[in-house]
Amino acid sequence: MSTPVKQKLVVVGNGMAGIRAVEELLKIAPDKYDITVFGAEPHPNYNRILLSPVLAGEQTIKDIVLNDWDWYSDNGIKLVTGKQIVDIHRTRREVKTDDGDVVTYDRLLLATGSNPFILPIEGKALPGVISYRDIADTEAMIDAAKRYKKAVVIGGGLLGLEAANGLKLRGMDVTVVHVMPWLMERQLDERAGKLLQQSLEAKGIEFRMQANTEALIAGESGRVAALRFKGGESIPAELVVMAVGIRPNAALAEKAGLQVSARPGGIIVNDTMQTLTDPRIYAVGECVNHRGTAYGLVAPLFEMAKVCANHLAEYGIGRYTGSVTSTKLKVTGVDLFSAGNFQGGEGTEDIVLSDPMGGVYKRLVIKDDKLIGACLYGDTVDGSWYFKLLREGKNVAEIRDQLMFGESNIGDVGHEGNTKAVSMKDSDEVCGCNGVCKGAITKAIKEKGLFTLDEVKKHTKAASSCGSCTGLVEQLLMFTAGGDYSATPKMKPMCACTDHTHQDARDAIKAQKLLSVPDVMKYLEWRTPNGCSSCRPALNYYLLSTWPKEYIDDPQSRYINERAHANIQKDGTFSVIPRMWGGETTADELRRIANAVDKYKIPTVKVTGGQRIDLLGVKKEDLPAVWADIGMPSGHAYAKALRTVKTCVGSEWCRFGTQDSTQMGKDLERAMWRMYAPHKVKFAVSGCPRNCAEAGIKDVGVIGVDSGWELYVAGNGGIKTEVAQFFVKVKTSDEVLEYTGAFMQLYREEGWYLERTVHYVSRVGLDYVKSKVIADAANRKALWERLQFALDGEPDPWFDFDKARVDTRQFIPIKQITNTAADAVAAE
Amino acid sequence: MGAIETQVTWQYVCKVTEIPVLGARVIERSSEQGGNVAVFRNDRDVVFALLDKCPHKGGPLSQGIVFGERVACPLHNWTIELKSGEAVAPDVGCAKRFPIRVDANDVYIQM
Repeated sequence: MSTPVKQKLVVVGNGMAGIRAVEELLKIAPDKYDITVFGAEPHPNYNRILLSPVLAGEQTIKDIVLNDWDWYSDNGIKLVTGKQIVDIHRTRREVKTDDGDVVTYDRLLLATGSNPFILPIEGKALPGVISYRDIADTEAMIDAAKRYKKAVVIGGGLLGLEAANGLKLRGMDVTVVHVMPWLMERQLDERAGKLLQQSLEAKGIEFRMQANTEALIAGESGRVAALRFKGGESIPAELVVMAVGIRPNAALAEKAGLQVSARPGGIIVNDTMQTLTDPRIYAVGECVNHRGTAYGLVAPLFEMAKVCANHLAEYGIGRYTGSVTSTKLKVTGVDLFSAGNFQGGEGTEDIVLSDPMGGVYKRLVIKDDKLIGACLYGDTVDGSWYFKLLREGKNVAEIRDQLMFGESNIGDVGHEGNTKAVSMKDSDEVCGCNGVCKGAITKAIKEKGLFTLDEVKKHTKAASSCGSCTGLVEQLLMFTAGGDYSATPKMKPMCACTDHTHQDARDAIKAQKLLSVPDVMKYLEWRTPNGCSSCRPALNYYLLSTWPKEYIDDPQSRYINERAHANIQKDGTFSVIPRMWGGETTADELRRIANAVDKYKIPTVKVTGGQRIDLLGVKKEDLPAVWADIGMPSGHAYAKALRTVKTCVGSEWCRFGTQDSTQMGKDLERAMWRMYAPHKVKFAVSGCPRNCAEAGIKDVGVIGVDSGWELYVAGNGGIKTEVAQFFVKVKTSDEVLEYTGAFMQLYREEGWYLERTVHYVSRVGLDYVKSKVIADAANRKALWERLQFALDGEPDPWFDFDKARVDTRQFIPIKQITNTAADAVAAE
Repeated sequence: MGAIETQVTWQYVCKVTEIPVLGARVIERSSEQGGNVAVFRNDRDVVFALLDKCPHKGGPLSQGIVFGERVACPLHNWTIELKSGEAVAPDVGCAKRFPIRVDANDVYIQM
């Protein structure tokens, strides 16, 4: 067999978007193309967003290089710097450089970025007048700061203010000239813009607002010396930085006859990042116009790069559907965040918090019960949470009264309650699960050039377990990598095996009556032959919960705990927790447990928080015998299923008890045990409002009152303590069963895998759940019946191995190598 | 290469069908003998063998979920290549691999 000839890919542009596309391509199809990259700047790819910290003296050029020279040679990429492509001959598939070289291509990727907009005024080309776009501009500013005193920045947008801040820190007198009434008018409303101006004035920067520049005047040396406003007034200016905006650089494309947008400019591309005119030519980054929008922030560019790489690799999957972006100003000491439509408009309403003395201003814009914009000044801790609500288009009607105070995506435990990543020391722990400290995260972000939360999770493991530190990690990303860190508004795919969401999978399984994991993967065109450890358990659960009695459970698609029906421990042994109905046990059960502990030399016996007994350190091969000897049902403590039902002693013994909570707990447990669910499920029943069973932090909490039972749902005592919400009050214990069962069945049918009830309810809304379970009596009964149907005849996996599809071969080694056998082999 | 090194000992393990599809079985060895070996089978009946010890924190790879030519460690979800034993990037580490030969339905290993 001959090796296939590689195709030629030529990339015009050695910046963040183009190289990101190459990186993505190398990940999935490293041998498909011979790649040549042309870059106009004499540098390897660097992080343009971090030029401002370089200017401010907080970082060096070396710090911001993303791919050093070796990276190109290591990956077999031919890099040509300092040359411009001046022509594309599309029919001959050639590009021509400014010194006359011709290179042919099979595919061409344009990533030409953008150009700074230069005001068409007199003196615009004088020495000392620069824009702010690349390393050369930054170096020119640093150099000018050493030799001159008076700087003027034209433009009070993001870039202009970062330039002004940097020049000020380098010792210049800086005046910002802005044509609009307030700063950053595209990202901030008037009040936030004024607050920003005040805090920059406090740093010593001067402002000339609503000021039009008429001309730049040369001094005796020929260098710029002054700036004249319309109206005649002049101010001294030995350095003028024009930062009045950028325009997509589409000149090369336009010359080659590719369709280009007039406003806002840019090469027009489709959702697969191919130019509209020539499908062999792709374009990504700031030079692009996608559905009428040109993006200037990094997250959208990376999304585009990924889609583009997928198509270059001929995977034929993935579409770019546009992005919602957020902005953060990189001026140390100024906290500012904005996203979406923060100005409002027809049909919108505002929630505003304003504390001018404290330097805090927050504005949230809501339309049709959804957050559509946020503008935060002074306190941006909740920026990432608002941005998430905004991207997901989540209904905020129910949390509206607390919205302004933030949910703090940041969690309560595991990082000493820290909410501000900047104020943490490098040695402070951010991720309590995986023991990752702030320094390790920022180091990884810098050294490995990470930009997204997913990348940080993969490389550092921070935020990859319980996720409660996600908000902190996102903040670190903002500060360290700069710019925006977030993805597009679309719903997240289940995993890297597919672009489909959890909901897509659920819908397809139901609508198409799919009855096996391979069928689902085939129907939804999974990219991998048999999924991964993340999607397979999810699909197995969806099939099980959608088609009870019809779907045949696939143990190999379950996590080891649900395959071995015990909980794996760090040393590879297992724990066994038998079921104790309602937390009650007998002398006989305790004797059997004690005997098993002795017989199987079980090292640790522990009382759990759920009123059960945990036997830890059981060898896998002993599991079936331990189960048989104990002779108690499986506690499902290892499964995404009903775990414990915690109870207080109730009216049978307690002098305060109003209801028989223990019996109620036992009835609930007997009715719903063996119930698999999207995640673990815990109940509790208390016999009076003193609530000794801690029903307020359970998935379903039942509290006995004199006149009946109160039901609370969607509580959680884990990572983030969530108090259960009042659901309904009922009179009889039969009603407790029916309402609880119906709520559980709704969650089982609609919840996404690994979504606890608290997350499910917050996603769909408590009102929705109430409408299905409380208001609609017929639906409640139908749900309850479906749950009973699903559970009827379900086996106990500790005893009915065949029916529960427990592969007992797993408890026996396939082969044992004894010392004598090993000796014999050695002697052979 | 020297003739001494060419002497190869293949030990019989089991029938391919004795290993669950997309699953694993364990060859038990004492720690002096180097510890347990996990024998995997994927959905195309390819058999692999690795030391049953994740390079991360020693988790038993035999208990992980098998997919494609990879296994996910049950302890912290590191993904290990079954062919090479290498951890999938960005994680770094390697589980020792053992040569496997399949004759018809019979699995042999070199340990």
